[in-house]
Amino acid sequence: MKKTYKIEVDCANCANKMEEAAQKTQGVKNAVVNFMTLKMIVEFEDGVDPKEVMNEVVKNCKIVEDDCEIFL
Amino acid sequence: MNKKQKRVLQRIIISFICILLFELISVKDYFEFFLYMIPYLIIGYDILKKAMKGIVKRQVFDENFLMAVATIGAIALGDYKEGVAVMLFYQIGELFQSYAVGKSRRNISDLMDIRPDYANVEKTDGTEEKVDPDEVEIGSFIIVKPGEKIPIDGVVVEGKTALNTSALTGESVPREVDVGDEVISGCINLTGLLKIRTTKEFGESTVSKILDLVENASSKKSKSENFISKFAKYYTPAVCYGAVALAVLPPIVNLIFFNISPQWNEWIFRALTFLVISCPCALVISIPLSFFAGIGGASHEGVLIKGSNYLETLSQTKYVVFDKTGTMTKGVFEVNGIHHAKLDDSQLLEYAALAESYSNHPISKSLQNAYAQDIDKSRVTHVEEISGKGVIAHVDEKVVAVGNDKLMKSLHIDYHECHHVGTIVHVAIDQEYAGHIFICDTLKPTAKKAIAELKHIGMKKTIMLTGDMQNVAFQVAQDLGIDEVYSELLPSDKVEKVESILQAKDNKEKVAFVGDGINDAPVLSRADIGIAMGALGSDAAIEAADIVLMDDDPLKIAKAIKISKKCIRIVYENIYFAIGIKLICLALGAIGIANMWTAIFADVGVMVIAVLNAIRALYVKNL
Repeated sequence: MKKTYKIEVDCANCANKMEEAAQKTQGVKNAVVNFMTLKMIVEFEDGVDPKEVMNEVVKNCKIVEDDCEIFL
Repeated sequence: MNKKQKRVLQRIIISFICILLFELISVKDYFEFFLYMIPYLIIGYDILKKAMKGIVKRQVFDENFLMAVATIGAIALGDYKEGVAVMLFYQIGELFQSYAVGKSRRNISDLMDIRPDYANVEKTDGTEEKVDPDEVEIGSFIIVKPGEKIPIDGVVVEGKTALNTSALTGESVPREVDVGDEVISGCINLTGLLKIRTTKEFGESTVSKILDLVENASSKKSKSENFISKFAKYYTPAVCYGAVALAVLPPIVNLIFFNISPQWNEWIFRALTFLVISCPCALVISIPLSFFAGIGGASHEGVLIKGSNYLETLSQTKYVVFDKTGTMTKGVFEVNGIHHAKLDDSQLLEYAALAESYSNHPISKSLQNAYAQDIDKSRVTHVEEISGKGVIAHVDEKVVAVGNDKLMKSLHIDYHECHHVGTIVHVAIDQEYAGHIFICDTLKPTAKKAIAELKHIGMKKTIMLTGDMQNVAFQVAQDLGIDEVYSELLPSDKVEKVESILQAKDNKEKVAFVGDGINDAPVLSRADIGIAMGALGSDAAIEAADIVLMDDDPLKIAKAIKISKKCIRIVYENIYFAIGIKLICLALGAIGIANMWTAIFADVGVMVIAVLNAIRALYVKNL
């Protein structure tokens, strides 16, 4: 399953870091952050609850970049 | 500028004025330190805060940390002015970057300003209601007034107008539509009131598909983008460790091996310049920005590119393979000549069109189109269609036979062969040969120029694949100047041909296939780059292709390649320029030639130049 989220982040490198953090989150198969359109596209693994996973993703992103926002 | 940016701008101005003032009044020692702390904190408090948070979360290698360490270090060494200046220029750079990115974001969404805000739905009692396009069901009747955008794909049921399709196709000549014509969303109604029966939901309509495609395009990352994010990942820590080594090792070596003064201050200062230079922002922002601008500029020209990776591959294209019908030719039959007529050309055409008036065959359609007058079917009686041969009918009490040479033979009528390649329609009136009409699929007016243009921009070979007969195919290839042609191919043969072309070429040279999207899906996906042409409204083609040309002008193929080349050139310029300047400055910094000001240029200056260069990719109109 794939879902797209709007994000808010200031710099391109921070976007890259968010992407990496999201990819490393459990339950995420793949994640792409598009800095230019300010979107995060998350592909979930089968049988996971996207809501729970996304909460983790937000947590992990906040660790690498405090100044970021993901609109769930 | 948004609120956040305005705040930063205010802080920049205040601290800038502070520094200027402090330059005029010369103060010394502690007092100077306290004075300079005012602009430093005004301009840098958020960076310091973020750096602290980063340390707490053990994310040390980010720009904030680098800047905090560099500026605090400079201040600790007594270079107050440099310390504040580094922070100031860093903020100016950041502000410029966020402004430039925001601006190009807006520019690109303006280019793609095709999203309709509402639809006027006509209710059963005849009244109109403005609703969200999302809520309109298939089969609803919507009203589009002059000046409004068509919100949803559909068929015209009332009215007649000219449509401006330029937002979708880049084509500036309005398109005329009449009752029964299909219209696509995103076009602007120019002159008349239209009533449309919707055939799709908003989410499935052309405009949604295109927006979706463009907005998600830069999510498919190119090799250069991946290279840069990898580079940034290793580069920043590497430079940081380098800085530590630079600060510690030479003094220790001095102290132990040469027994001279360690010069701690000097080396620490050099290490700090290292940190300032190291910020990877210029690279990390300018590469995706270039691609984004390139894709945005292209979409304004009616070329939809589905991802940065495709832009990259397209720029390496050396072989262009075409489908014939619908790509190089119009895909519709047209009367192209009347030969050996025993009576007036127009009269011959009139008889032929009348005799064929009951047929739906493309050939008879083309006859009727060429005749271009209303057909009075009452003049036609006793119509007899002879399958595979033609039609015999009574027109104005005359027996008119219209068909191919087989028909003429079966009627024992002497006919003239035609030396042209195409479809020949013979006409006999009352058992007497009256001449023949030459019908063929006409070349698009820009087809020849398109091939010449492709050659001009360095394509190694142009190849045409077609299911059509050999003589027709060769004629077309010769007229257009296409290098190679393969004819009488089934769709599966086309895939095989493309595969053999793929095998024969060098690995770095890419093969693009251009088709009109009908029956081409397997070939489109098999080639390195699939380009679908005139694909507006054709879902399968938009799905299968990597690049979609929204109108059916073959000149756009060369244009797309030129756009991609420009964009990739800018990307490489930025990569080489930014990495090059940084490495040079790092080297100069290490041997002590580059001071803090050079470092600021290497960081902020390079970033500003790279961003400005990246935005150039947006301007592709005159390519």
